Amino acid sequence: MDGGVNTLLSRNLPTLSILVFLGIWQGLAIFLHSSLLPSPENVAYVFWKHCQSGELPYHLGVTLLRLLVSFTISMLLGCIIGITLGRNEKLNAFFDHWLVIFLNIPALVTVILCYVWFGLTESAAILAVVLNKVPNVVVMLREGTRALDKDLLNMAKCYQFGRIKTLRHIILPQLHPFLMSATRSGLALIWKIILMVELLGRSNGMGYQLHLFFQWFDIASILAYTVAFVGVIQLLELALLKPLDNLALKWR
Amino acid sequence: MTTVHIQIHEKTHHGTKIPTIENFELTLNAGEFVCLVGQSGCGKTTLLNTIAGLDANYSGAIHVANKTLNPKISFVFQRPCLLPWRTVRENIELVFANQNVISKKHIDELLALMQLTAYENAYPKQLSEGMRRRVSIIRAFAINPDLLLMDEPFVSLDAPMAREVSELLQHLWQKRPHTVLFVTHDLREAIALADKLVFLTSRPMRVLKEINVSIARNQRNSKNVENFREQLIQNYPELQPLL
Repeated sequence: MDGGVNTLLSRNLPTLSILVFLGIWQGLAIFLHSSLLPSPENVAYVFWKHCQSGELPYHLGVTLLRLLVSFTISMLLGCIIGITLGRNEKLNAFFDHWLVIFLNIPALVTVILCYVWFGLTESAAILAVVLNKVPNVVVMLREGTRALDKDLLNMAKCYQFGRIKTLRHIILPQLHPFLMSATRSGLALIWKIILMVELLGRSNGMGYQLHLFFQWFDIASILAYTVAFVGVIQLLELALLKPLDNLALKWR
Repeated sequence: MTTVHIQIHEKTHHGTKIPTIENFELTLNAGEFVCLVGQSGCGKTTLLNTIAGLDANYSGAIHVANKTLNPKISFVFQRPCLLPWRTVRENIELVFANQNVISKKHIDELLALMQLTAYENAYPKQLSEGMRRRVSIIRAFAINPDLLLMDEPFVSLDAPMAREVSELLQHLWQKRPHTVLFVTHDLREAIALADKLVFLTSRPMRVLKEINVSIARNQRNSKNVENFREQLIQNYPELQPLL
C-alpha cells in the first residue's frame, strides 16, 4: 500500500511541483495585491489576448527564426574551429589567447560594436549573437577533441578509414556528449543574447516587445511572453534534444 | 600470400638520444607466423607502429607484397579497440574499404570459427574481455590482409582465457593462413604459435637470433612446448636474459 502511494507520488512529481509553484505565486499575488505582481490567471488571460491578436506568435516566431539562424551558424563554425584546434597543437597554442579574449568580451559590448560598425541591420544582429556563442562551442569541442581515444584513431588509420569515414564513425560519436552540452548551453545562452540584441536595435521580436512593456510597466504582458518562451524552449528540449540523446546513446 | 621485408636503419623517439631501433632487418615468408620475443619496453610496439604506417618518422624501407604504398595491413592491438557504438558485426564490416563488397558469408564463417555467431548483434560492452579480443582478431582476418600485425593480443587476459583465445587463433590461422607478425614477451606463447621465433635485443632493438620452431602444429601441447623451451635455454645461453 505504502509502495503504491510512493510510485503514485513519484509519477506525478513534475505536476505536483508545478502546482506548488503556481500556488506560491498565487498566494504572493493575493497577499501583495499589487499591479507589479499579477496573479497566474491574470497572466494567462493576457497571454490568451496576445495570442488571439496574433502579436505574440509573430514576435515569438521572429525571435525563434533568429535563434535558429544564429544557432546553426555558431554550431557549425564552433565545431569546425574547435575540432581543428583540438587536433593541432600549434594552431591551438596560437589561437588560445584569442579565444580567451573573445570569451571574456561582455555580450553587451559585442552587440553595441556590431550595431555601431555594421548598422542596425539583421545581419549585424545575427553576427553579434554568433560572435558571442562561437567561443563557447569552440572551447567545448576542443576539449572533446583532445579527449578522443588515440587507440581508436590509430585503428582507423591502420585500416585506412580516410578522413570522412574517420570523422563519421570514430570522431563524431565520441564528440556526441560534447555536442549535446554545447547545444543545450548554446540554446540557453543564445536566446538571452537575442533578447538583448532585439531590445537594442530591432523593431520586432520578443526583446523589442519586452522593451515596450517595460516602458508601459505592463508586468502581466512581460510574464505572459516569458511563459511563452519558457514553454517553447521546453518543447524543443522534449521534442528534439531528448530524442537525439536517446538515439545516439542506444549502445550504452 | 606475400613476402614482407623490413629494414629499419634507425628509429629514434623524439627527445631521446639512444635510438629505439637500429639496423633492424627481418624477412617474413609468405604465410609464415613469426613471433617477436623481447623484453617489455624494448621497442616491439614501436616496430609494429612503423610497419603499420602509424609512425612514419624513421629511416629505412618496409616492403609488403612488393608494395611500399598502401599494402593491406591488419593490426590487433593490445586493447581490442572496438567501437562501443557499433555491434560486433558492424565493427567487423566497418574495416572494409569498399562497403559494397562485404562478404556476409565470409564474416559468418569467421564468427563461427571464433564461436561468436550468437553475439554478432551484441555491443562490445555486453561481451567479456576475451570475446572482445576475439572480435578484434576476426576484424583483422576479415579483410584478408597482406600482413597481420598482433601486439600482445592476450595481454591482461587471465591465463585460462588467454589459452582459449590463443587456441582459437591457431585454429583460425590454420584455416586461413596469413603472414603474421606477432609480438609477445611470453616465450611459451610464442613457441605454441610460431613457425619462426625472432629474439630481440633491448634498446637499441635489433635481431639477436632467428630460430625455427620444429614441433609439428598438431603436437604443440604444453609438454612439448616446455621441452622445446628448455632445449633453447641449453643450446643458446646468449638468449638467457630473454628467457
